[in-house]
Amino acid sequence: MKNIRILHTYAVLFLCTFFFFNTLSAQTDQDAIMMAKNNFCTGLTYDHSSWKDYWEGTFKRNNANLGTVSTNSFSVMGNYGISENLNLLVGLPYMETKASAGTLHGMTGLQDLSLWLKWMPIEKKLGKGVIALYTIGGVSIPASNYTADFLPMSIGLGSKTASGRVLVDYQLGHFFVTGGYTYTWRSDITISRTAYYTTELILSNKVDMPDMDALTLRSGYRSGRLIAEAVIINMKTLGGFDIRKNDMPFPSNTMNATTIAANFKYNIAKVDGLSIIGGANTVIAGRNIGQSAGFDTGVFYILDFSPKSKKK
Amino acid sequence: MKNIVILFVSILAVTTLTILSCNKKVTGVTDNLPALNPQNADLNAGSWKTILLSRPDTFAVPAPVSVIAAEYIAELNEIKGYQKNLTGDQADKINYWAAGGVLRWNEIMRGLVAKYNLPPYQNADGTYPIPSSSNPFAYPLFPFANPPYAARAYAYISAAQYDALVACWFYKTMYNRPQPSKVDPSVQLKVNPTNLPSYPSEAAVLAGVSAEMMKLLFPDEIANIQSKLEEQENSTIMSGAATRSDITAGEALGRSIAEVFIARGKADNAGKAVGTPTDWANLVTTCEARGETPWISLESPSRPPMLPLFGNVIPFLFSQATVATLRPAAPPSTSSDLMKQETAEVYGYIKNPTAENIRIVQYWADGVGTYTPPGHWDAIASLDFIQKNYSEVRWARNMALLNMSLMDAGIVCWNTKYYYYNPRPTQLNTAIKTLTGIPNFPSYISGHSTFSGAAATILGYIIPEKASTYTAMANEASMSRLVGGIHYRIDCSTGLTVGNNVGAYAILRAKSDGADQ
Repeated sequence: MKNIRILHTYAVLFLCTFFFFNTLSAQTDQDAIMMAKNNFCTGLTYDHSSWKDYWEGTFKRNNANLGTVSTNSFSVMGNYGISENLNLLVGLPYMETKASAGTLHGMTGLQDLSLWLKWMPIEKKLGKGVIALYTIGGVSIPASNYTADFLPMSIGLGSKTASGRVLVDYQLGHFFVTGGYTYTWRSDITISRTAYYTTELILSNKVDMPDMDALTLRSGYRSGRLIAEAVIINMKTLGGFDIRKNDMPFPSNTMNATTIAANFKYNIAKVDGLSIIGGANTVIAGRNIGQSAGFDTGVFYILDFSPKSKKK
Repeated sequence: MKNIVILFVSILAVTTLTILSCNKKVTGVTDNLPALNPQNADLNAGSWKTILLSRPDTFAVPAPVSVIAAEYIAELNEIKGYQKNLTGDQADKINYWAAGGVLRWNEIMRGLVAKYNLPPYQNADGTYPIPSSSNPFAYPLFPFANPPYAARAYAYISAAQYDALVACWFYKTMYNRPQPSKVDPSVQLKVNPTNLPSYPSEAAVLAGVSAEMMKLLFPDEIANIQSKLEEQENSTIMSGAATRSDITAGEALGRSIAEVFIARGKADNAGKAVGTPTDWANLVTTCEARGETPWISLESPSRPPMLPLFGNVIPFLFSQATVATLRPAAPPSTSSDLMKQETAEVYGYIKNPTAENIRIVQYWADGVGTYTPPGHWDAIASLDFIQKNYSEVRWARNMALLNMSLMDAGIVCWNTKYYYYNPRPTQLNTAIKTLTGIPNFPSYISGHSTFSGAAATILGYIIPEKASTYTAMANEASMSRLVGGIHYRIDCSTGLTVGNNVGAYAILRAKSDGADQ
C-alpha cells in the first residue's frame, strides 16, 4: 500500500451532490490509498456534468424551461502525507452553472472549501492479500457567499458539513475492492428570504438541513502505474421533503442518488510524480435531483518534502 | 509544516464541533409569542364603519343566559374540568392562539397560499389544465394561488374578519357578559386579563368567519380548516377566556357574516378572470392594432396569460369605474429608442449581477411556492402589529385595510398589464437572463411595485413612525425586479406610483372608519 496515490477531485460526494451535480467518481478522500510521508500532491481537475431529466419526488420529467442544466467546475487540491498512515487533504472548487433553455441566470463562484484527515489504523495480510481499514473525517465550509436558494442554478447548498467515513479495502495482487460508509452532518443554512414552504410554511430564514449518508463500493485494477476502477455510490438524504409537482427545488429537499462511475489514474513514467486522471459517471436512479452524467479529468504532481531527499 | 498540520487539525475539530452543536431545529419567528395584551380593548369598535355589512346587527345574536343560570354554571364546570387535566399539548395550543386569532388565521392563510401557489404542469399535448373549483381535488388542485388570486383571498378573509369582529364588539358591549374568571374566581385565566365582555367570543367569531370563507377560497382544505377552528375554540375555552355559549354564538355570527362576503365573491368577476382562448387572442390583436409588439409567454410550452381578466374584478376601496382612472399612461412604444434604453439598462444590471442584488432579488422574489408579494407584506405588517399589541378588532381592521389595498392594487395592476400587453425585457432581448422565475404575464406595470407601493402607503398611515421604512422597503422590492431582469425601470417606478394612489384610498377609508377618532 505504499504506492503513492494521487489525489483527484475535490471532496466530492457530500460536498457537491446537489440537485444538479453528479455524485462524481472521486477518489482521494474516498479511496483506500495513502500519500507517503512528507509528500505533497497537488493538482487541478476539471469536472463537467449535465442533466436534462430530473426527479420531482419520484416523478421523472424534463423541463423545456431549463433545457439541459450543466455544471463546470475547476478544482485545486492538495494531499499531504503527515505520516505513512495519516494524510491531510484539502480541496476548493470554482463552479459555474448554466441552463440551455428558459430565462434562469447561471451562477458562478467558489463553492465549498473542504478539509479531510485520513488515517489508516490497520493494514495487515489476510490470506494472499492485504486488508486495510481507513477512517476519514472531513469538514466543508462555503468559500464564498453564493446563494443556495436558487436551485437548480445555485452552485452549492450553503451548509457547513462534517463527515465521518470508514473504508475497508482488500487488495489481492492487482485486484482490489473497497467498501465505504459515510455519514455527513449538515448545519442549518440561512437564506435571503424570511419564509419558505416545505410541507408547511416556515416563518424563518433558517433552514434545517437533514443529514446525509452514503454507501460506496469500488473495485478494479490497482498497480503502481495504473489504477482503473468501477464505482457505485448510493447517497441518501436522511429526512427532507420532496419537490412538489412543478415546484422549484429547495436546499433541504430529500436528494438521493445512485451513481455509477468508471475512473482511471495513470502515472506518467517519464516524469516522476506526474499523473493524469479521468473518469465518467452517471446517475442511474434518484430523487429530487437531476439525472446527471459527466466526466472529469485532471493532472497531479507530487512534491517530496522529505528531509533527506528521495529515498525511494 | 508541523504547525500547518496542527492548524488544519484544529480547524477540522473546531468546525466539526461547531456544526454538530449548531444543528438545532428551526423555529419560526412567531412560534413562541407572548399572549396578546391589548393596550386598548377598543370597546367602541361596535360603532366602527363596516365594509359590506350595512349595520353591525344585521345578523341577530340571541341574548345570553344569566351568569347565575344553571346552564352557565355547567359551562363554567366544563372549563374547570379541562383546566384540571390540561395536557402539555393543550397548553401549547392555548399559547399559540393566545398570540392573536387574526395573526394566526393570517398565517394559516399564508401557508395555504404557499401550498397552492403552483402553476399546473402541462398536458401531454403541450396545453395546460386549468384548476376547477367544481372539481378541486383533481390535478391541478384548485386553486392556483398566484399573486392576484392570493391578493383577493387575503382581502376577502381580512375584510370579512373585520366586519365580523365589529359585529362581535357590538354585541359584546350590548350584552356585557363578564369573562368566566370574573364570574367564578376558581376559573383560571390562562391569557391576559381584559375588560372586554366575553359574549360572543371573538375567537369563535374569527374561527367561524375564517372557516366559512375558506370553503370558497380553499375548498380542498375544509377538513383541515375545521380542525383549526375546533382547536382555536377549544383552546379559548380551556384558557378560561370564554364559555361554550360564548363560543357557539360567536361561531354562528362569524359564519353568517362570511356568507355576505361569499355572495360578493361569487359575483365579483374573479370567476371569469381566466378568460377564454378568444379573450387571449383578442389581447394580441388589440395590441398589434396599436402598432406595438405584443407580449408572448416565455414559458415552454407556451402558457396562456395569468388571469388576464382579473382587472375586471370589483375592488373594495373604490368603484369599478375608478380602476381605469388609476391606470397609468402608456409605456414607451416597444419600437422606440426609449424602450431600447430601458432594455439596455436591464441587461446592464443582469449581465454580471452583484451578490447584493442577488440577495435583494431572492428576498423579494415571492414566486412559485411562496405566499406571494401580498403575503410578504402581510408578514411584514404582522411582525410590526405584534409589537403594537392591538386588540383583535384593531388587528382585523388594519389587516383589512392592508389587504384591501393589496387586492385593489392587484386589480389596477392587472388591468394595466392587459390593457397595454407589453413584452418583458427578456422578450425584447433574449440575452437577459433572470435571477428568479419570470412571471407569465405582461410587463407594464410591475406587480411587485404596485403591491408594495399600496402596502407601504397604508402601513405608513397605520404606523406613522415606520412610514419611511415602509417606503424604503417598497422601493427595494420594486428595484429587485429591475436588477433581477424581470422588469424595466418604468414598470417599477410607475407601479410604485399607482400603488401609492391605491393606498391613498385605504387611508381615506381609515380616516373615516371610526377607529382613529
